[in-house]
Amino acid sequence: MSDTILELTDVSLAFKGIKAINGLSFAVRRGEICALIGPNGAGKSSLLNILNGVYRAESGTVVFEGEHFHRMEPMKAARRGIGRSFQNNALFSGMSVLDNVIVGLSRHAKATLVEEALRLPRASTQEAAFRERAREVLHLFDLDLHAGTVVGTLPYGVQKKVELARAIVAKPTLLLLDEPLAGMNAREKEEIAAIIGRLNRDLKLTIVLIEHDIGIVLRLADHVVVLDYGRKLADGPPETIRSNPDVIAAYIGSDRAERAA
Amino acid sequence: MSLFLETLIGGVLAGTLYALVAIGFVLIYKASGVFNYAQGSILLFGALAFVSLKDAGVPVAGALAITVGLLIVTAIAIERLLLRPLTNRSPLTLFMATLGLSYVAEGVAQGFMGSQVRALDLGIEDLPMFLGDIMISQFDLIAAGVAALLVIALSLLFNRTRIGIQLRGVANDTLAALSLGIDINRIWQIVWAVAGLVGLVSGLLWGARQGVQFSLSLVVLKALPVLIIGGFTSIAGAIVGGVVVGAGESLAETYIGPFLGGGITPWFAYALALVFLFIRPAGLLGERQIERV
Amino acid sequence: MDHVGLRSDVPPSSIVVAPRAFGVAAVTALVLTVPFLTTEYWVNAIIVPFLILSLAGLGLNLLTGYAGQLSLGSGAFMMVGAYATFALQLRVPALPLPFAFILAGLVAGVVGLFFGLPSRRIKGFYLIVSTLAAQFFFEWLFLKFPWFYNGNSSATIALARGLSVFGLNAENPPGRYWLTLGTVAILTLLSWNLIRSQTGRNWMAVRDMDAAAAVIGVPTRSAKLQAFFVSSFILGIAGALWAFAYLGSASVQSFGLSRSYQILFIIIIGGLGTICGAFLGAAFVSLLPLALDWSFQHLFAGQVDEGLRQNIQKAIFGVLIIGFLIKEPEGLARLLALPNLRRSSRRTLFPSVRR
Repeated sequence: MSDTILELTDVSLAFKGIKAINGLSFAVRRGEICALIGPNGAGKSSLLNILNGVYRAESGTVVFEGEHFHRMEPMKAARRGIGRSFQNNALFSGMSVLDNVIVGLSRHAKATLVEEALRLPRASTQEAAFRERAREVLHLFDLDLHAGTVVGTLPYGVQKKVELARAIVAKPTLLLLDEPLAGMNAREKEEIAAIIGRLNRDLKLTIVLIEHDIGIVLRLADHVVVLDYGRKLADGPPETIRSNPDVIAAYIGSDRAERAA
Repeated sequence: MSLFLETLIGGVLAGTLYALVAIGFVLIYKASGVFNYAQGSILLFGALAFVSLKDAGVPVAGALAITVGLLIVTAIAIERLLLRPLTNRSPLTLFMATLGLSYVAEGVAQGFMGSQVRALDLGIEDLPMFLGDIMISQFDLIAAGVAALLVIALSLLFNRTRIGIQLRGVANDTLAALSLGIDINRIWQIVWAVAGLVGLVSGLLWGARQGVQFSLSLVVLKALPVLIIGGFTSIAGAIVGGVVVGAGESLAETYIGPFLGGGITPWFAYALALVFLFIRPAGLLGERQIERV
Repeated sequence: MDHVGLRSDVPPSSIVVAPRAFGVAAVTALVLTVPFLTTEYWVNAIIVPFLILSLAGLGLNLLTGYAGQLSLGSGAFMMVGAYATFALQLRVPALPLPFAFILAGLVAGVVGLFFGLPSRRIKGFYLIVSTLAAQFFFEWLFLKFPWFYNGNSSATIALARGLSVFGLNAENPPGRYWLTLGTVAILTLLSWNLIRSQTGRNWMAVRDMDAAAAVIGVPTRSAKLQAFFVSSFILGIAGALWAFAYLGSASVQSFGLSRSYQILFIIIIGGLGTICGAFLGAAFVSLLPLALDWSFQHLFAGQVDEGLRQNIQKAIFGVLIIGFLIKEPEGLARLLALPNLRRSSRRTLFPSVRR
């Protein structure tokens, strides 16, 4: 196992001729929390979408777990152990919390259609195991009470937690979180930040996250990459980012956010 | 060679009628994002209303005026009772709702005006014309001319009038249009009414040819492949799609049909549309969309 | 778990089980003896077609209500099932009818799978192009080539040896009823199992948010194809029952486009994405014409022309479809659910697309 889990070299992406990401290179070490920060439209979400195959990079290479890939497909990414949460909650709104989380286990499903239709032993065993694993994760997030609730009816903050639960239930090796704290109040933010810290510490999860709350980011992350207009502005541990003049210039008022947090 | 040309020209002209029907769909799709499965039934409703009035002794101009009025009222009712309550619902839900609408329109039209075939005489004689040794239907030629006039009228409406500019705004970016204070509900009413009028014109042309009857509403099934091929968002696409389908059907029936026992017209357009879906999902002239997560 | 608390003050289970088992037994006995409790007309003309339409609705609901793939080709897949059963009974006489049903279902399933292939690339209502293609293609195919109807002069299909299940004659009303009931019961149970397992969850994930499902690790493409296969399998068997247990002899017209609409209306009215919705919707569709007839006879002194009645019925269906889509996407299944069975709040099926 190498020390670097993910390495991007000179990655570019364009929509209708507009460069969303321009010659971006950085590496993520195993077991760290890497935060991507930058203003809206800096290409952060697009970058996550490249990492799990929703978009395809025009040029450059992405190496994950020592493996080169040119064309990642969303499902392949999930099968290789890349978990993901989305910027606007992307839960399955017609399903219960428990079912939402179990869907996250799809890549471990072995039972065939016929086995499931006839409830043959392998299907029953799998079902029981999935339910148990999902309940375990729900417990981790203190969501036990909501297991049977249809997810579309829950408050936003709870939905965010369900999404995190769904992202980690299949035990990914790399977790991509797109603004996990967005739209929350200060108390909820602290709670989710603490959970993210715990996931990283206790489960040894490598996490790449996008977040606007600089205060929390600088506290939580081991490594910060600053993007602006699809380019990398800075890259390093939080302490150096804090004092980087380019970043301060791009983030006027960021010191205020820091004090508030 | 002359058989080929005759088949091709006949198909192209028939295709302009498909295009005319498809234009009604494009208008509605652009303005409200709905694939209006009821367009065929509304077309039947309009044509049936006109014929009934005419048969009842109402002069042509009066019958036309009343029918147009009915179609405008229908458009307003659809906006109030269907579109508005379903704002922000998925395209699939809207589609199914228009399927329900088609049942209402057909049930009401035929319930009030009867289900029998009604002859409609527009005073256009369907005499064959000869260009050299190629036979062309005069009726088809006139229908194509009407279609062309209608397209010119519509493009004037959309490019030269305030309503047209507002409509294009709504089609390009609904949210932005709303924030600029455009009354989107009124735009929907206008567009559905205009689409109803386009439907009336195509209904009268088709009705003059094969009688005004239930099967008119089935033109919706022809318009769907036309739109897939031409693209849902462009009037030019509807015309190109109509011509491609018309010519394709006609050529296929003549040259491929005999090997398959004939009668392949009902599904050929769909097979063609499927091929296009795989090669060019946005249609020939449609806009490609980027999926966001 | 809030219901754990509720359960604690419920009497010990053994006392509860006895009346419950008794209830189940009573209902089962009632359901089995239906043919003897009602008239032949009701069994032949109302109950059997109701059960078959329920089955067809169930098949489509798996595809549309659960997996979110709209289809207007239900009639085509039913047609394939009916014609395949006919061909198997005719050309492989040794094959018992139940096996012919299963094989015909598989044939319909494979056909459905084929016409579902475009779902790998296209989404939403565009997909109706593919299912409509199936509808028109099979209407043409089964009429064009006499092989499919064995050259019969009226181009209809009927089982030469009648309905016979392992030597038991099922040609009489109770036989048709039991054959239909048994088939519907088994397929409903299997569907129920699927819905409550990973396959069913994958379908719903695809329905609710296709793109996210793929990123989470759901094999979205094969999930859609599985839905097409299972749905068409069920529709195929429903088609065979419709042709031979209900109609007796069928033709292409028995499975036309209006049949496809009818099946779709059943699940919209009954409830998209619910198992019991298919049954409620089918009951509604079967009973509405009777109710209309009755009310015309009693309220308007019977003087209503058949064509007019059909048009009124059409308009009523249309209004109901729109009404249910606006007010209650879960249809009758939710309206009729007992308050304690209702889920905490309404689901939004086919959630709106975000801009």
